[in-house]
Amino acid sequence: MGRFLIKRLLSAALTLFAVSVVSFLMFFALPRDPVTGMCPKNCNPERLERVRQELGLRDPKIEQYAAYMKGIFVGRDLGSAQGGRCDAPCLGYSYVNSEAVTDTLARVLPVTLSIVIPAAILWLALGVGLGMVSALRRGTWVDRLAIGFSLTGASMQLYFTGAVLLIVFVYQLKILPTPHYTPIFDNPVDWARGLVLAWVALAFLFSAIYARLARAQMLETLSEDFVRTARAKGLAKRKVYGRHALRAAITPLVTIAGLDVGAALGGTVITETTFGIQGLGRTAVYAVRGGDLPMIMATVLIAAVFVVLANVVVDLLYAAIDPRVRLG
Amino acid sequence: MSLSSEIAGPELTPDAPPPPKGVDVTGRSPGQLARARLRRDRVALISGGALLFFLLIAILAPLIEWAYGVGPYEQFQGKLRLSDGMPLGYAGGISGDHWFGLEPGSGRDIFIRLIYGIRTSLFIAIAAALLTSFMGITLGILAGYLGGWVDAVIGWITDFALALPFLIFALAVMPTFELRFYGPRDAVPTWFRVVVLIAIFAAFGWTGMTRLVRGQVISLREREFVDAARASGAGLGHMLFRQLLPNLWAPILVSFSLAVPAYVTGEAALSFLNIGIRDPTPDFGAMIFRSIDYLQGDPAYVFFPGITIFVLVLAFNLFGDALRDALDPKSSR
Repeated sequence: MGRFLIKRLLSAALTLFAVSVVSFLMFFALPRDPVTGMCPKNCNPERLERVRQELGLRDPKIEQYAAYMKGIFVGRDLGSAQGGRCDAPCLGYSYVNSEAVTDTLARVLPVTLSIVIPAAILWLALGVGLGMVSALRRGTWVDRLAIGFSLTGASMQLYFTGAVLLIVFVYQLKILPTPHYTPIFDNPVDWARGLVLAWVALAFLFSAIYARLARAQMLETLSEDFVRTARAKGLAKRKVYGRHALRAAITPLVTIAGLDVGAALGGTVITETTFGIQGLGRTAVYAVRGGDLPMIMATVLIAAVFVVLANVVVDLLYAAIDPRVRLG
Repeated sequence: MSLSSEIAGPELTPDAPPPPKGVDVTGRSPGQLARARLRRDRVALISGGALLFFLLIAILAPLIEWAYGVGPYEQFQGKLRLSDGMPLGYAGGISGDHWFGLEPGSGRDIFIRLIYGIRTSLFIAIAAALLTSFMGITLGILAGYLGGWVDAVIGWITDFALALPFLIFALAVMPTFELRFYGPRDAVPTWFRVVVLIAIFAAFGWTGMTRLVRGQVISLREREFVDAARASGAGLGHMLFRQLLPNLWAPILVSFSLAVPAYVTGEAALSFLNIGIRDPTPDFGAMIFRSIDYLQGDPAYVFFPGITIFVLVLAFNLFGDALRDALDPKSSR
């Protein structure tokens, strides 16, 4: 177990290293000069040159990369123009927002978490539940309804579902406020009312996909010998389906769920744009539009960290759920 | 339905009992079986018909424009309310002249813009799917057949490409490329955006096909016919493309038909974020991006592009599923 974990973490670290190098080269080394974007039209050349010196843009690329990485792990000095000392997870300073990138992230990350985590709980429960029911009631109207739902849902676009929800619940019925974020500790009711449409839109799309997968998996499992054995030795239906079969059927779903949640945490770009909620994804979009390089770099890195971590967690969960998996 | 007329005729051994009357026992190739299954599958027929319809629309768009009499860039400012630019009349200005109404603000005809939007969307999606399939097949077949360090290197690159957050990366790459080739104040031509979009999809999309093909090749690699070909001195190219590839068409076809709707969605998503295709070029994503600002005043505007893309993607998904069922030798349908 220990050895497996170390090996897995090492390969994850290697991937993250590669991602950081590639995105660094892409954003910092391409001829686009980040300074011009930071300065309104009539900046004098001397000032621009001073900013470039301060940012270290005249240094060799390797030194720039090393300085950036050093900032992440031990912190670094950014010079007076960029708010001076920047502590350990230092991701640079954003001229567009006039604050350290980490400060912006600390503000928007809880928003994305508040969208993704409840939505994930909703879509997993709904998707797996629906898939189970339709597999057990195969061929009945319940099954057909579930199949219809999953086909429709999987072909719907997030921004279209979102727009329809907005039109119906916010503009026509007026029973929900315009989507917004309130910290959960300030007012849990406002928090839920402001985000519920985003949860529903995300859950509608994903639960459709999961219902389909769960149904296929469950049908496959139900035809296996161990299920028949369990039934034959007189175990109750509820126990066989709920414990034996479910456990085998959801194992592959764990992989997909882990990756989806990881990717969603890296930025629910579309959801946030549709509903106008300022989370990590929308911050990334704004950073791209504004040419805010340190911010873009940080969002790419964070998203990659979530994806890679999700991969590791999935591998570990696999071992916990599926007794056939031997780690070594 | 009889298929016996399509092939040379029954080749039964003389000892075999005569076939019972009225039962067709002719041997059928997997391709014929699949075609017969598809023809019997109502969902496949309907979704296939819908796809054909969309493809025809995409190809014949200029002809439709001529018959309809309105172009995708024509503006009808006179039919908008002066105060806020909302189309006059019911449901976004639907009328005999403008079947799906007008766009608020610009006053362009939604119907003809959708027709051209299908063209944009399908062109990008099919080109991207062809390109990624080509890359995936080549890399997957090489990795699966050669194994060893080739497999290891390709596998690692696949993992790496999967770890990159697609949407955010695409978001960041698009403007960087534009600035690399055009100045900040130059107009970026649409064909350039289309090329970059296809390139981005290619850079991220080849992994799925590579994994699929690699897995299939590994299971074929040790079979007798491969040994036989190797023993008779077949070269690498012959081995890969004459011996192995013909066995892989079924999964490749299914994966291709499911990749196209994924790229339709992806392209619309990028354009929705105002990163891919931009206004005034007709495109679903770009139209929905504009319509979000008008949700309150003109809710009809979002519906037409939203429904069209939904039907398009649904038809592709249904057809892909039907194809999978038809090509699966284990399927009993």
